[in-house]
This record gives sequence, C-alpha cells and structure tokens, in this order.
Amino acid sequence: MFSQPRYLSGVRSLVSAVAQRLGFDESACGQIALAVDEALCNVIRHGYQRSPAGTIWVKIWPVDDEAGEHCEGAALDAPLDQHRPRAGGIRIVIEDLAQQVDPEAIRSRDLEEVRPGGLGVHIMKEIMDEVRFEHRGPDETGERGRGMRLTMVKRRSSE
Amino acid sequence: MEVRAEQSGSVSIVAVEGDVDLNSSRSLQTQLRESLGSAPDKLIVDLSGVPYMDSSGVATLVEAMQLARKKDTKLVLCAMSDKVQSIFEIARLDKVFTIVPDRAGAEAI
Repeated sequence: MFSQPRYLSGVRSLVSAVAQRLGFDESACGQIALAVDEALCNVIRHGYQRSPAGTIWVKIWPVDDEAGEHCEGAALDAPLDQHRPRAGGIRIVIEDLAQQVDPEAIRSRDLEEVRPGGLGVHIMKEIMDEVRFEHRGPDETGERGRGMRLTMVKRRSSE
Repeated sequence: MEVRAEQSGSVSIVAVEGDVDLNSSRSLQTQLRESLGSAPDKLIVDLSGVPYMDSSGVATLVEAMQLARKKDTKLVLCAMSDKVQSIFEIARLDKVFTIVPDRAGAEAI
C-alpha cells in the first residue's frame, strides 16, 4: 500500500478476514486489525512523515507452532483449511522504506500522563504476543538495507 | 465518517457515524473544536454509530477533553460499542473520561 490513511480501512478488513480464516474469534480479529492499523499509522505519520508516496508492505502468514515459526509453503491462497483447519496463530510483517530509527527508541509512553498521541506502540504490545522492530536488511541485489521491519505475532492460545 | 452537530440549550451534541481512524479523525477534531468554541455547559459525543476507532480517534477525544476542561465544559461520551470501549480500556482511559451507556444517560448527568 501507499502511505495514505485512506488505505487503512481496506487493510483492516483484509487482516481481520485472514485472522478469522485462521481461527481467531471476532473480538480477536478486530484487535489484530487494530494493532496493524496502529503500526501503519506510525509508519505514515513518523516514518514517512505523512508523505503520500511512500511504500508499505504488509505480509501475513499463518503460524504453525508454539515457537511462532511461519510455514513458507502455506501461502494464504493455498487450500489452508483442507489440511490445517486452525493455525496456531498469525504473523504479520510490515516493512517500509522510510528513515531508519533505533528499534530500542520505539517504546510505549507512560500511560499515567493523559495526553493525545503516543498510544500506538502500547496498543500493539497489549494486543500482540510479539512485537519486534528492526532495520530492514540488504535485499537480494545486495543493496544496502533501507527502512524498517515490524514483526508481530498473535497466537490463538493467547486469545 | 460523518459528524453531525446539534445544540440543545446550553448542551452541544456531536453524533459520529462511521470508522474514526487516521483518515477521518481530523474532521471529528474540527467539529469538536468548533462545538467547544462556544463553551457550552456540556458536550455530549454520541458514538453509537462508530463501529471502529483507533488511537488517532482516542487522541482527538483526549484533546477535546483537555479543551473542555479549559472551557469549564463537561464532556460526556455515550453509546460506545464494546469494540470501541476496549481501546479506551487498553489505553487505560476508560476511567479518565465520563462514559455512559446511552444518550439519555448523557443528558441526565
């Protein structure tokens, strides 16, 4: 998607539909979509500083086991429900080409302080079992790494 | 998202319909600022038509609450769905706002 807020609604619907297909209940599907929405808002606002031409990739994988490993072969367009009716969870990877920041510097703010903004990371961490920010590495062409990668995992056992 | 503003005596009412996210929260912010501009005794924000809200919507309401305090206006949120209520709980703001189940309750406060 491009870094434009008008695409958020469509991505929420997509994420929610995939989560439902993987066996999450309605409430969990809504919460996972919220976590993704918050992550995308952060990329749009802080990463690309509201420039509308930035690229954001959202990749979604079923999680097979408790270790949270996704199964590369199990693309979501494969007949997942024939052999794996309910996945162990969902892994969502969000990547961008925006300015890199220190992953350690991305943290939730103190909730005791009531002020607008700064809630996104807290919401992601409350909802998801794993939230990991890192710099994107070099691509296959050997080009120097650009942008950030956020990996979030939600296990069905934690619903 | 659509925002409808009404005035009933010294009470302002803002009724919101649709998702409140980064794409739409600015028009809610504009309306809330406008409704608070006249420093009403009370501002009721009716969220019965809001199926989804993200933190940009919450931030907009926090800003409105702070502005309402300065204006000595009582801000009341009403008719929130469970889904919207849950984001206030995650953000631990459910006790900071005055939240009531319906419009009648908001009018009675």
